[in-house]
Amino acid sequence: MHAIFILWLREVKKYTRSRAQIVASLGQPLLYLLVLGFGLGPVFQKAGYGSYLQFVAPGVIGMTVLFTSVFSGIALLFDRQFGFLKETLVAPVPRIRIMIGRTLGGATVAALQGTLIFVVCMIAGFRPTRLALIPLGFLFMLLIAIVFAAFGTAIGSGLQDMQGFQLVMNFLVLPIFFLSGALYRLDNLPKVLSVFTRVDPLSYGVDGLRGALTGVSQFGVVTNLTVLACIAVVLLVFGAWRFSKIEI
Amino acid sequence: MIRVQNLVKKFADFTAVNDISFQVLRGEIFAFLGPNGAGKTTTIKMLTTLLPPTSGSLELNGLDPTRQANEVRRQFGIVFQDPSLDGDLTAAENLELHGVLYHVPRKERRERAQMLLKLFELWDRKDTQVKKFSGGMKRRLEIARGFLHTPKILFLDEPTLGLDPQSRNQLWTHVKRLNETEQVTVFLTTHYMEEADRVAQRIAVIDHGKIVAIGTSQELRQRTNTESLEEAFLTLTGTTIRDETANSSDQLRQMVQMWRR
Repeated sequence: MHAIFILWLREVKKYTRSRAQIVASLGQPLLYLLVLGFGLGPVFQKAGYGSYLQFVAPGVIGMTVLFTSVFSGIALLFDRQFGFLKETLVAPVPRIRIMIGRTLGGATVAALQGTLIFVVCMIAGFRPTRLALIPLGFLFMLLIAIVFAAFGTAIGSGLQDMQGFQLVMNFLVLPIFFLSGALYRLDNLPKVLSVFTRVDPLSYGVDGLRGALTGVSQFGVVTNLTVLACIAVVLLVFGAWRFSKIEI
Repeated sequence: MIRVQNLVKKFADFTAVNDISFQVLRGEIFAFLGPNGAGKTTTIKMLTTLLPPTSGSLELNGLDPTRQANEVRRQFGIVFQDPSLDGDLTAAENLELHGVLYHVPRKERRERAQMLLKLFELWDRKDTQVKKFSGGMKRRLEIARGFLHTPKILFLDEPTLGLDPQSRNQLWTHVKRLNETEQVTVFLTTHYMEEADRVAQRIAVIDHGKIVAIGTSQELRQRTNTESLEEAFLTLTGTTIRDETANSSDQLRQMVQMWRR
């Protein structure tokens, strides 16, 4: 238990100490929020869907949580050769606890970053429709964070170099983002695209966030929660298995 | 303390460690010398449960690293060839984390951390982030960390790589002192022959995955009819330079060095 806690604490400390990085990581979400938010706003409005900012804000929060949590898992790659990973792997602690500590730490950091973007969205003019449902929004943030931190750990366990990292970003993480309905509505899509969006775990996370914060949901809270929780369990088990196979 | 018998490690088509056997006695300082790629680090990885051997048997303090990994891990401390500290954490936090991972009770953890930080002259900087430390300070901290959980065996894999003579001298003085006061068995590798000569009671020379000689420095010199350990080493292992192809970890290492500027 102590080992899980101390590794969780490490991730959180690292995050709170990298102020410059926190500010830098606000850049991309801000671009999506402001440039897309205000740029596509008029078209969205004309199509009769209401405010695009209201629509895209939960998507941008979901994106932030996705990127931050995947990165936390892939940071394994850095810990791997310059060493901190070895320090934890020769310690007399079962690897599963090390993996859980790291993953929960990464998920916490991602949820914190998501909260920060939530505040930024509020400043930009986003308004949650029902204050009582905001905690549900945080639950979805946390679930997205756990799913993708475990996903990042599973991938980071096998990565050997930065080329591999680019591959993962372009062929896994970006598609997960673009197919999630963070930027556009998932109804009335071409059949093939619609299938892809349904197998993307982030679709359920973004839809859950949108439901909690703006009251508009496509799949419904129960479906979203069930799907995310199941995927979280599956990916945690898979990530732990991959982590246990690391050889240095 | 350490017993290795007919140890073999094969990677695909390459035999890194080819049927070696040796013993290290309790409380001894044992040096493992060899050119680059001779199999030193691979042997250490197998002894420290990071790699499973292809065949042969290993024993640390009576325990088998392949079957009793967790128990074995409590027995030793290790300082790796590459730094393995967390640069974002402070010196004290790095030690605290290590202490928790090694199940050292809180009170003892604090006391030993303080004692070791003072011994390695890092007490004043205990609340500084490790990334602001010099190479020598980082190494000292890593060695202090290796001693924190009072291990029975300490593995030092090229601990003085890239350090100035002052830091190297001081580092070995501390290691020798702790070897005497805490009866820690020390297993070290280095490329500096005079260090091995100075601190190690017995020396094994490994080349191409095989042990070519083992004994005290004097015995090695007598056997090869040479004046110094360096000459004895060159006689035993030849003068050809071993060029290793850069692997992905070397590339990463270079990149991180670039980023840290």
